Amino acid sequence: MAQTWDAIIVGGGHNGLVCAAYLAKAGRKVLVLERRHVLGGAAVSEEVHPGFTFSVCSYVVSLLRPWIIRDLQLSRFGLELIPLECSFLPLPDGRSLARWDDAERTRREIAGFSQRDSEVYPEFGQAMAQMARVVKPLIDAPAPKPGSLHPRDLAELLKLGKHIGGVSAEHRLLLSKMMTMSAADFLDEWFESDVLKAPMSVSGIIGTFQGVRSPGTAYVLLHHYMGEIDGAFRSWGFSKGGTGQISNAIAAAARHYGAEIRTEAAIDHVMVSGGRATGVVLEDGTELRAKTVVSSVDPNRTFLKMVGKQHLPDDFVTQIGRYKLRGSSGKVNLAVDRLPSFSSRPGLGGHLRGDIAICPSVEYLERAYDQAKYGEFSSRPYLNVVVPSVVDPSVAPPGQHVISCFVQYAPYNLKTGPESWPEHREAFGDAVVDTLAEYVPDLKESILHRQVLTPWDLEQEFGLTEGNIFHGELSLEQLAFQRPAPGWAHYKTPLNALWMCGSGTHPGGGIMGACGALAARAMLTGRHV
Amino acid sequence: MPLPSPFHQRTSELCTSLLWKEWAGYYAVCSYGMSHEPEYHAVRQSAGMLDVSPLYKFDVIGPDATEFLAFVSARNVGKLKLGQVGYGCWCDEHGKVLDDGTVTRWGEQAYRVTSADPSYAWFSRHSRGFDVQVKDVSSDVAALALQGPRARQILEDVCDGGDVGDLRFFYGTHSKIAGVRVDVTRTGYTGDLGYELWMPAQEALKVWDAVMEAGKPHAMLPLGLDALDVCRVEAGFILLGVDYFSARRCMTDVQKSTPYELGLGWTVHTKRGPFLGRDALRREKSTGSVWALVGLVVDWDELEGLYNSFGLPPQLSSHAWRTAVPVYDQGSQVGQATSGGWSPILKKNLALASVHAAHAVPGKRLQIEVTVEFQRRKVSATVTETPFFNPDRKRA
Repeated sequence: MAQTWDAIIVGGGHNGLVCAAYLAKAGRKVLVLERRHVLGGAAVSEEVHPGFTFSVCSYVVSLLRPWIIRDLQLSRFGLELIPLECSFLPLPDGRSLARWDDAERTRREIAGFSQRDSEVYPEFGQAMAQMARVVKPLIDAPAPKPGSLHPRDLAELLKLGKHIGGVSAEHRLLLSKMMTMSAADFLDEWFESDVLKAPMSVSGIIGTFQGVRSPGTAYVLLHHYMGEIDGAFRSWGFSKGGTGQISNAIAAAARHYGAEIRTEAAIDHVMVSGGRATGVVLEDGTELRAKTVVSSVDPNRTFLKMVGKQHLPDDFVTQIGRYKLRGSSGKVNLAVDRLPSFSSRPGLGGHLRGDIAICPSVEYLERAYDQAKYGEFSSRPYLNVVVPSVVDPSVAPPGQHVISCFVQYAPYNLKTGPESWPEHREAFGDAVVDTLAEYVPDLKESILHRQVLTPWDLEQEFGLTEGNIFHGELSLEQLAFQRPAPGWAHYKTPLNALWMCGSGTHPGGGIMGACGALAARAMLTGRHV
Repeated sequence: MPLPSPFHQRTSELCTSLLWKEWAGYYAVCSYGMSHEPEYHAVRQSAGMLDVSPLYKFDVIGPDATEFLAFVSARNVGKLKLGQVGYGCWCDEHGKVLDDGTVTRWGEQAYRVTSADPSYAWFSRHSRGFDVQVKDVSSDVAALALQGPRARQILEDVCDGGDVGDLRFFYGTHSKIAGVRVDVTRTGYTGDLGYELWMPAQEALKVWDAVMEAGKPHAMLPLGLDALDVCRVEAGFILLGVDYFSARRCMTDVQKSTPYELGLGWTVHTKRGPFLGRDALRREKSTGSVWALVGLVVDWDELEGLYNSFGLPPQLSSHAWRTAVPVYDQGSQVGQATSGGWSPILKKNLALASVHAAHAVPGKRLQIEVTVEFQRRKVSATVTETPFFNPDRKRA
């Protein structure tokens, strides 16, 4: 008789692996299937140029849940996180701002631009930390179920209501502003200087097809303060060996607990029989059977490509069809033969041991968005640059470096069509290098290898529909109980024995691992697996 | 007033934070920058270089050197092979620990001993009747600890001879750096891959400069004591004067500890000829110890809940602490946690504690005192074996 598993996990990204590890730890027989030759999905390290390891897609760890690190003993399996020490903003006029975890030093730096802002900055941080405390229970627990009359759901809602009710009126007002305002408008209420507003507002638009003046983008600012309070302490950081090492550590944990993981096992479709998922069929025709199928790939790919509309209710198909993916970012990775030296702060320094933002003003960001709105990539895009080799020498030969540039905007839907991206790939890469070279004069001579990933490449190579790095925009209407569709925010799907555990579920994208862990918990507590 | 160490000229230039403390009469850097965290991560990801010159160092030389050291140490130092380093402690006649340190066998009749406390008089006192010379070389020998996953590669780049790359865990070799004769031992206090370099004090700066230069492409940082303190808690290493007290300085017996009570039982060899404290240690081995040193992992959810009940997010220092707090088992005090801290790599809140031996059961839940908003509370902590963090590379 053919082998069967308790659960087959579709996709070996970090969430699929976390889910597999928890299920295996609970004694379930688990099989993870990954299409590519390496694990990690978008949290992947690859030696793209000899001696240089790129965090090909995702490049910093944001909110990897500390309880997952403890539960799965990830440090024992090779996970080592290095916090970012600084946020550096070089300006075209030769000035620059570096924000450190040394409050006094940061105050002096900001005072060079605005004394008022320098003193407001810690007040803002304090307010954000309070807000983050309010929001935190949302990301560590399944989404609330408004409308449900089940006593357990009501109790959960009550608990949440009590939690929010305990917040002061002043902070509730602040929270409602964050839920409705644009990041830039919200920051306008606090700060006068662009050197703060530009790099801070940008966190509201990462991975979305919106501008810093689009309403609703203020909320994401909170994510930057979440790490301060969740027991990970300064959880924004590099992973030693690149972000793929996170996936490798989770995979090692999953294997340790008994999960089986196969790479180069591309799934053609999910088998459905008698109204339930019964397994998967690989592209080579192999049939693998399981009591449960758990998809960690995005909702669009899961339901519309792997399952098929015919097996799903019409209204659900409509909702998934409306789910916004529309990728807006790309990635340029450079292998360079020397340390990148910024004209505003030459040589090695702490400013390179964190993230570097190329976004001199709010207007710059809006202009970059303008082009994207009309189907072009930004000729002067926002860049989020990191040089992980400065703190993690394992990713480049001694004395040489890797530069990772997250690039926004690069709209999936070019006006010439997404399939025309390959023709524009090098021009896009040039725009990024040209932009950065305005701040790092000898950048071009130093490049040994350049890897350019457009949203099209993210879709074709990494399976991210429309190149969306979060499996769907992290806009408010697609979060919590509406992710990925109203009524289906608890990892369960309308098809029996099919579950979701990817970033397209609550609490969403980023290397958090919470989706995978909460999905596993939901399946295990409900004895669905 | 403390003295400058042989590296002071360099360390004082780099220590822009001006955060210093006194260590064995010398100025020692707490952290070079305002935060010690980059230095901590350098040790765990690349490499850190620490001035450990303030350690006490003794040369023990003579035909009876082996017998002498075997007599004063709880460890059977006589078994050390040429070039091998042994970690251990020495006790008084009652088997109470006086100090801990390393013994390196550099020659058939030549050893180097390191210790945390001045020990010359004690060694001399017990050397009567042995054909041995004890020389305090503390101020003649400068020392650096080079710790972290890149340490081996940096040494391979900078060392001239001695096959440093092949050096096994707790072995030593002779090499040259920048023309200076340097003794290299694969030892340290971080629980990571690491080495210690021993050199003539007057030529120390040459070595410092060469290693700093070689460390640059490997993202090495100079390391201060604050980061070291976090590393040593993760490694479960005890510290004299913090986690235990030298019997020499104790006012009462209760304040004293035996090697078994400090988790150093593995360094004690009782099945051999006479050595200081042998009879007491043999007795303890058969009847059992009163105390035990354990690791504690504080329950994070409970701690977070406690802070939450005050309307606060958890507030933990990124520094290791060393002010003892009581440890309880269901209301009654069963010991004290003597040092601890947040482990950035494990995402766990750790402590080292001395508890009544009956409670030293891995997995057992005890309670540790936590002060929130000036109020003393208790939070669960699970007894855990140490080291908390023990990467393969340490021994590989």
